[in-house]
Amino acid sequence: MPNATTSPLATYISHLEKGELAYQFSPEANRAVFFPRVLCPFTGSDKLEWRISTGRSTVYATTVVYPAEGAPFNVALVDCDEGFRLMSRVEEIAPEQVTIGMRVKFRVHRPGGEEAPIPVFTPEAA
Amino acid sequence: MDGLKRGSTAIVGAAESDLGQVADEMSPMDLCAQGISGALADCGLAMKDVDGLFCAMTQQRMSIISLIEYLGIQPKFIGSSMTGGSSFEFHVAQAAAAIEAGLCSVAVIAYGSTQRSVGRKQASQREVNPYETPFKPFLPTSAYALAASRHMHQYGTTRENLAEVAVAARKWAQLNPVAWEKKPLTVADVLKARMISHPFTVRDCCLVTDGGGAIVMTSAARAKSLKKPPAYVLGCGHGVTHMNISSMPDLTITGAKQSGEVAYKMAKLSAKDCDMVQLYDAFTINTILFLEDLGFCKKGEGGAFVSNGNIAPGGGLPVNTNGGGLSYCHPGMYGLFILIEGVRQLRGECGERQVKKHDVAMVHGNGGVLSAQASVILGGGATV
Repeated sequence: MPNATTSPLATYISHLEKGELAYQFSPEANRAVFFPRVLCPFTGSDKLEWRISTGRSTVYATTVVYPAEGAPFNVALVDCDEGFRLMSRVEEIAPEQVTIGMRVKFRVHRPGGEEAPIPVFTPEAA
Repeated sequence: MDGLKRGSTAIVGAAESDLGQVADEMSPMDLCAQGISGALADCGLAMKDVDGLFCAMTQQRMSIISLIEYLGIQPKFIGSSMTGGSSFEFHVAQAAAAIEAGLCSVAVIAYGSTQRSVGRKQASQREVNPYETPFKPFLPTSAYALAASRHMHQYGTTRENLAEVAVAARKWAQLNPVAWEKKPLTVADVLKARMISHPFTVRDCCLVTDGGGAIVMTSAARAKSLKKPPAYVLGCGHGVTHMNISSMPDLTITGAKQSGEVAYKMAKLSAKDCDMVQLYDAFTINTILFLEDLGFCKKGEGGAFVSNGNIAPGGGLPVNTNGGGLSYCHPGMYGLFILIEGVRQLRGECGERQVKKHDVAMVHGNGGVLSAQASVILGGGATV
């Protein structure tokens, strides 16, 4: 077998660069897998398909971080409708106004420079 | 496979090192050595008797090798499982297995940290996770805060409930001569302290201190001939659910559910048989989650259970009688100190904070961000 030509993380980031939130789907387990990896954590199988999320999601847990310097900011765990969870933040509203159960939608954030794009969320109603 | 045998091994020696803020340039290994010296003296064994050695540290990458070098011994069996703060509860199970199998006869489990002296950033290396680090969670605090947010949402747990955990810990600490924080603390004090990661203020978070310690284990047969009453290992269990908080299946149910069930089964006991609980309270939500998952109250009722002084001195269930990681000491990986306190309580050595009925202790370690849970049930002579 030749070496793999790309890594799970690199594939994930390449989708983000295109403005897509990608995740893996395990046909054998019939469920989503996240974070991206080489083996399915439910079956041990290496059969994992890449899919693109609609980005429609619900806030599962939320906190506001109060750094020693600078403004407080949100950190949230978000459940995507396709059945996977990721860490992110909800933007466009005050961090303490992010509530569990809130419907949110994905957008890509491009920090620029050497940093890879990341998925962030905004309230669906906004 | 039958697994470990109930009561076949015992913790026979236990000691802390210097705690709090230690002397300049004291190393984590120096603190380990102080603990080992104290624990051996506690049971009347000598360094030459030690043929099993276990440790895990944040400041020494290959801590078991460093410790062998430092002590100048050649143990027949060594272990260095690293599961964060619960490492030592894992080590107890591994040492019990090694002793039962005849791979060693006297096992020492040790820890030392100078994280207060050198600063938390120096004491423990942060790993970069491409799926979490870009969002700048203040770890480990924010991970536990996320779990707290979920518990509050699902079960109506309040910040006051969380604060009650800190207040109870402080009341126990006030009875412990070596506890670091003894100033009176009220629920209002906790709520109005500096916010770190909502819902936690600094008073919902464990201390940052130096410290170390050690315990000595041997077979039940040999334990009987030693200086102090043995603390028999009645049950051991573990449960690992994730590494990073974004991969935790349900933020309101920890691996303590599994670790407790396995340990209770081995011990042939249940929560109602435990006279006390010594658990890893890195943050106030830990105490609530673990009391629920270990069966001391129903899921979702932990907030009410810890309130009105129920886990404080004089309450219904003694929890963290040394003052816990919240008020007694917290040198990075705290799990060894709850084993030491469990042993001392079973022996009846705890002075002002001594629990009246002290036959069975549930000791529960936590590692990572609610990630690696390990329970050890210890019992006095009446239980075997």
